[in-house]
Amino acid sequence: MSELTLTVMRLGFLAVLWLFVIVAVQVIRSDLFGTRVTQRGSRREAARPQQASRQQARQQSTPPQQRAQQGGGRRGRNAPSKLVVTEGTLTGTTVALQGQTITLGRAHDSTIVLDDDYASSRHARIYPDQGGQWIVEDLGSTNGTYLDRSRLTTPTPIPLGAPIRIGKTAIELRK
Amino acid sequence: MSSTTNSPTHHTSTIGAIGAPSRRNTELALLVFAVVIPVFAYANVGLAIDDKVPTGLLSYGFGLALLAGVAHLAVRKFAPYADPLLLPLATLLNGLGLVCIWRLDQSKLLQSLPAYFTAAPRQLLYTALGIALFVAVLVFLKDHRVLQRYTYISMFSALVLLILPLVPGLGANIYGAKIWINIPGLGSLQPGEFAKIVLAIFFAGYLMVKRDALALASRRFMGLYLPRGRDLGPILVVWAISILILVFETDLGTSLLFFGMFVIMLYVATERTSWIVFGLLMSAVGAVGVASIEPHVKSRVQSWLDPMHEYVLSRQGRAGHSEQAMQALWAFGSGGTMGTGWGQGHSDLIRFAANSDFILATFGEELGLAGVMAILLIYGLIVERGVRTALAARDPFGKLLAVGLSGAFALQVFVVAGGVMGLIPLTGMTMPFVAYGGSSVLANWALIGILIRISDTARRPAPTPAGNPDAEMTQVVRPS
Repeated sequence: MSELTLTVMRLGFLAVLWLFVIVAVQVIRSDLFGTRVTQRGSRREAARPQQASRQQARQQSTPPQQRAQQGGGRRGRNAPSKLVVTEGTLTGTTVALQGQTITLGRAHDSTIVLDDDYASSRHARIYPDQGGQWIVEDLGSTNGTYLDRSRLTTPTPIPLGAPIRIGKTAIELRK
Repeated sequence: MSSTTNSPTHHTSTIGAIGAPSRRNTELALLVFAVVIPVFAYANVGLAIDDKVPTGLLSYGFGLALLAGVAHLAVRKFAPYADPLLLPLATLLNGLGLVCIWRLDQSKLLQSLPAYFTAAPRQLLYTALGIALFVAVLVFLKDHRVLQRYTYISMFSALVLLILPLVPGLGANIYGAKIWINIPGLGSLQPGEFAKIVLAIFFAGYLMVKRDALALASRRFMGLYLPRGRDLGPILVVWAISILILVFETDLGTSLLFFGMFVIMLYVATERTSWIVFGLLMSAVGAVGVASIEPHVKSRVQSWLDPMHEYVLSRQGRAGHSEQAMQALWAFGSGGTMGTGWGQGHSDLIRFAANSDFILATFGEELGLAGVMAILLIYGLIVERGVRTALAARDPFGKLLAVGLSGAFALQVFVVAGGVMGLIPLTGMTMPFVAYGGSSVLANWALIGILIRISDTARRPAPTPAGNPDAEMTQVVRPS
């Protein structure tokens, strides 16, 4: 075997060995796992005005009550699938809607335990009625539950994307 | 305000564990790579020594690929979320070790020695057994937390494993160190390799229970937390046992490995630097004390301090001196930066134990600094994945066990590589996966199996929370 071939093989082997090490390190790089936190802080601030204006536009075109009934009638495609906390200390928490009642409040057994000075221990609940429409009901809270701008007095259907405000916390239904 | 225009759908943040992909295909790709590299090396050795591609190339390649494939399928089936790197890294090291052992089998000089036997086929058999043990660990150890139940049984069996070589009739004194036992009909076994794993289980179980007492009940003195006298008990006992190993089995490596592993795990469990300070002091005292008394250890220290002197004495035919340490250094030296190339070195001059304790010298000569660095990095990556597994593990027992196992692995690599390179006195331990030796290969595959089991549990995505059945039952009663 010629000297040249052996030299090429020797260097080639070292190159292949190092290539393996580099590929392994690349795998580690792409394999970092743990907790993922996406979009907090300033991006949310930037997004909020847009969100508000969009909701206003939507509400001008159709009253919430009517929209909600439409949503209830066409269950399936338009049915909300999750509840998202959009403001307050719990921002980012999502709860999947699976037909269960969701309780909100400072009590520890609430589905969403609000860490909010303005919330009562059993503040409100969100539940589906017979037609599958999601209803929010204030449970006699001290500071009240607001759907968009109006304070709730009776159980009210929740339109998609309308913020439910409890103290400093805002919650929305999402598809 | 900067004019960031986000799409309106992005105005929530989501906090949650990433649904880690299983990464099995990545593992398969790396595994193919890890089989191809040794086959390349094998062909290279044949071309360099005999000017032709070795006849066993296909069978060797298929054998290694088959073993790797079986291991991969077992991981796919029984630990689908396991770390993708551990198996390929271990396979590559094992394959390179096989090539290196086969290469030393071809040496005319070693063939002329009376103790010569073709080691490569046996090592391939041990590798197959090792993979079988690896698969068995994955199949039968469904959850590593089961091991926690056997904390004190582990302690007992580890002690038995350590004492076995001293039992008359069973233990065998091979080349000065009493770390082997003879099993009639099966050959010899190094129980210390297995004791390493069993002891890690004991330490993990014990420290998980006792760590609060060890961490919190302490006084502060000169920036160090001094543990209470009674809490020093366990570390003193382990220290005493490792000293006893050193005295009676004259095995520096094993004793260093056990004590070091305990100190590492103690540190991880308690987060107290003082344990490391104590551990280093105690091991220094113990090592110096024993080295000045025990003749076998003493000679090892002498050949570490002045290998050339030992070499000259050995050449003069004096008994009890070894030329190996100097030969190994020369091997590294003649390798230089890029090495001489597979099959073109003269590391067989080390003669005895060239394919076990001193196998790294062959790598050093034929692959050079570049190759040895790559191999050490591969070891480092295995340790890194072990520690990463420990970080990701959710249960304290799994954390400690993963740290203990990877710590033991790292220490073993350090002790052997450091010994061969002349950094520390030489010890009779084997380079994991690379060196010839059945016990070592078997035990290390079992170790990788346990690490893969822990990493599978750690990386498995959390099950989606089921709807709370009580929620619908709960009626809110409003005081009216």
